[in-house]
Amino acid sequence: MIVEVGHFALVLALAMAIVQSLVPLWGAARDDEAMARVGAPTAVAQCLLVTISFLALTWAYMTSDFSVENVVANSHSAKPLVYKISGVWGNHEGSMLLWVLILALFGAAAALFGRDMPLKLRANVLAVQGMVSVAFLLFILATSNPFARLVPAPAEGRDLNPLLQDPGLAIHPPLLYVGYVGFSIAFSFAAGALISGRIDAAWARWTRPWVMIAWIFLTLGIAMGSYWAYYELGWGGFWFWDPVENASLMPWLSGTALVHSIIVMEKRDALKVWTLFLAIVTFSLSLLGTFLVRSGVLTSVHSFATDPQRGVFILAILVIFIGGALALYAWRAPMLKQGGIFAPISREGALVLNNLLLSACTATVFVGTLYPLALEATTGEKISVGAPFFNLTFGPLFLPLLLIVPFGQALAWKRGDLAAVTQRLIFAGVAALILVGLLWAVTSGESVLAILGAGLALFVIVGSIGEVIGRVWRKGVSLPLALRRAVGLPLSAWGTAFAHAGLGVSLLGLAATGWGVEKIVTVKIGEIVPIAGYEVRVRALEPRAEANYSETVAAMDVLRDGVKIADITPSKRLYTTRQMPTTEAGIATIGFGQVYVALADDAGPDRVGMRLYWKPLVLLIWIGSLVMAFGGALSLADRRMRVGVARRAPARLAPAE
Amino acid sequence: MRLTLRRLRVAALAGLVAAAPLAAVAVQPDEILPDPKLEARARAISADLRCLVCQNQSIDDSDAPLARDLRVLVREQIRAGKDDAQVRDYLVARYGDFILLKPPVKLQTLLLWGLPFLVVAAGAAGLMAAARRKRAAPAAAPLSDEERRRLAALVGKPD
Repeated sequence: MIVEVGHFALVLALAMAIVQSLVPLWGAARDDEAMARVGAPTAVAQCLLVTISFLALTWAYMTSDFSVENVVANSHSAKPLVYKISGVWGNHEGSMLLWVLILALFGAAAALFGRDMPLKLRANVLAVQGMVSVAFLLFILATSNPFARLVPAPAEGRDLNPLLQDPGLAIHPPLLYVGYVGFSIAFSFAAGALISGRIDAAWARWTRPWVMIAWIFLTLGIAMGSYWAYYELGWGGFWFWDPVENASLMPWLSGTALVHSIIVMEKRDALKVWTLFLAIVTFSLSLLGTFLVRSGVLTSVHSFATDPQRGVFILAILVIFIGGALALYAWRAPMLKQGGIFAPISREGALVLNNLLLSACTATVFVGTLYPLALEATTGEKISVGAPFFNLTFGPLFLPLLLIVPFGQALAWKRGDLAAVTQRLIFAGVAALILVGLLWAVTSGESVLAILGAGLALFVIVGSIGEVIGRVWRKGVSLPLALRRAVGLPLSAWGTAFAHAGLGVSLLGLAATGWGVEKIVTVKIGEIVPIAGYEVRVRALEPRAEANYSETVAAMDVLRDGVKIADITPSKRLYTTRQMPTTEAGIATIGFGQVYVALADDAGPDRVGMRLYWKPLVLLIWIGSLVMAFGGALSLADRRMRVGVARRAPARLAPAE
Repeated sequence: MRLTLRRLRVAALAGLVAAAPLAAVAVQPDEILPDPKLEARARAISADLRCLVCQNQSIDDSDAPLARDLRVLVREQIRAGKDDAQVRDYLVARYGDFILLKPPVKLQTLLLWGLPFLVVAAGAAGLMAAARRKRAAPAAAPLSDEERRRLAALVGKPD
């Protein structure tokens, strides 16, 4: 019964979304206020209905209702409750439902928080948001119904893919989807502005918080997914330039460009038409990502859905929305007023350079991901585009971008003074050079790239943090005054500093992979393997059985100078229902580095084959992403206060350079 | 459209094959060459070769049985005294360009290799053109009083 309620609620949500996408649009075009106001209540109702639907499916999973086909295919009664719940989105149908739920949540939030927007713009925005909902609700109901029943109901389910039975699955897709789908609001705002034919700095103010929310979650989602792959797949890699990863990286790159260009639009009333374009492109890339992952056109680690019918359906959605938005853009954008002019050496000039390089990075990932498909479709020739390609093309575009980060942050709006900025960055530059020199001496010039990368990373970190410090403290300023100034500094300035420093921290972690150590050995039980100043001792090898899998666990000690500092238990598992083997890595965290051990195939009695790694500073890769997201959150907090509470404004007049 | 459908079906099959091998570690202890120099070369070559049944994984990372066979093959070739390029050529002769994770630069891949730098060049040229155009264009119309009031309310500055 509950399952049918969920199904029915989804159909009602579709009806609601259809009303939402037509009536307000009509009302805005005809200047009919009553009709234009229909957008908000329908958006909220649609959201409630999708929520009911999602809860119904969750209920079916929690109670292991094996009369539902989707539950049978992806769950098992012996599975822990948390994986029963996360299993809801661990499959194609459920994850599409989550996608639509988040879309509806964003639509409702835009309806509720957008009350001070001009009615016409709001009506158009909600209508476009409704259209996206219509497309994906139709997609679910027509090709991917999660509520289909199975008669007769089997006694037991087929279990969830073991790789997905992990806390990572509980967190990674929701974060990623909030990011992906969050950009739909930017898309709707852009389309709404194009339909209304008006765009100004106020538009940027309304749109920016949504863009920032989406960016924060996408950043966290990608980082989370990367860490999940790192510990779960058992070979210590964290980024593979896999098409599915690229699918999330593309909207991140263009979203990052959007986060920056929208600031220029807000502050300087420039880059308006370009910002609209970026907003459309970013969500289009999100849609493309959804298509790549959900259609099974590329199959990889993440693709658990493969059905051509669905692929064609999503492709149609893709063509209609991207094509429609770009056509609208081509038609209306030339009628919009262009923004003001500005000097090349200025904050906005640096941000334009940022946008140029980020766009090139996005294009690189785009062409690298889709070229093999396009080439094969047109000529039948098969090629591969992997990590070595991206290292050669993406690297040279992204590294210069990092170099200009501290400059852009320190330059003033309108007309900057490059010489003065360079002078202020001398400290960061010298710090970076000293680090490079030290590393060169210590490692005797091995892995030049790692050394230069670390130097660049330090430059970015010190440069970004130094910029805010320079704004609150200089020689002769007392500590209390400096602290008062620090508190008075707008949160967005802190946000920028943290986000940029986070980028540097991640880069430092990436650079340090160059000093990683790897060992592949077979040892007897009791034997000690030295690795990078630590030792790993194999204590015992024992079989173990859990409710839904059996495993062979190797109990190991990690030693430093003969003293035990950590216990690790890498194992090889066999999930009973699917007869699928997995490798669970044993990881000991020491500072920011990790000793990472993965078991190899059976090496015979009393012998253990394994791969050991010392991964120095590896955690910084993900900590840096957290710092970036934190910076975004600070900036967002600032926005909120400024949008909602006018009284807070004096804080913004705090000493700015 | 027919082509697309076939593509999708092929991809679907590949997905089934690829799903399983991801579980375990790649290079196994028994594959390693005794000479560390030769082994290092083998690793470097392997990192640039695609495990043909996997999605964008190198044979060095993949645990698929085919990847193992290819790793062993690479090591055999190295032991037979071939240099890196010869080993690569040998594998390309057998499996085509598909096995190279870094596609060779040739007519069909010109756009692939060129596009990133084309975008930068085109973007820079576009910016310069826009800057020249803007210098000639008249300034934008000022905000109306109503807009000014609304913006002030948002920014929080007194009128």
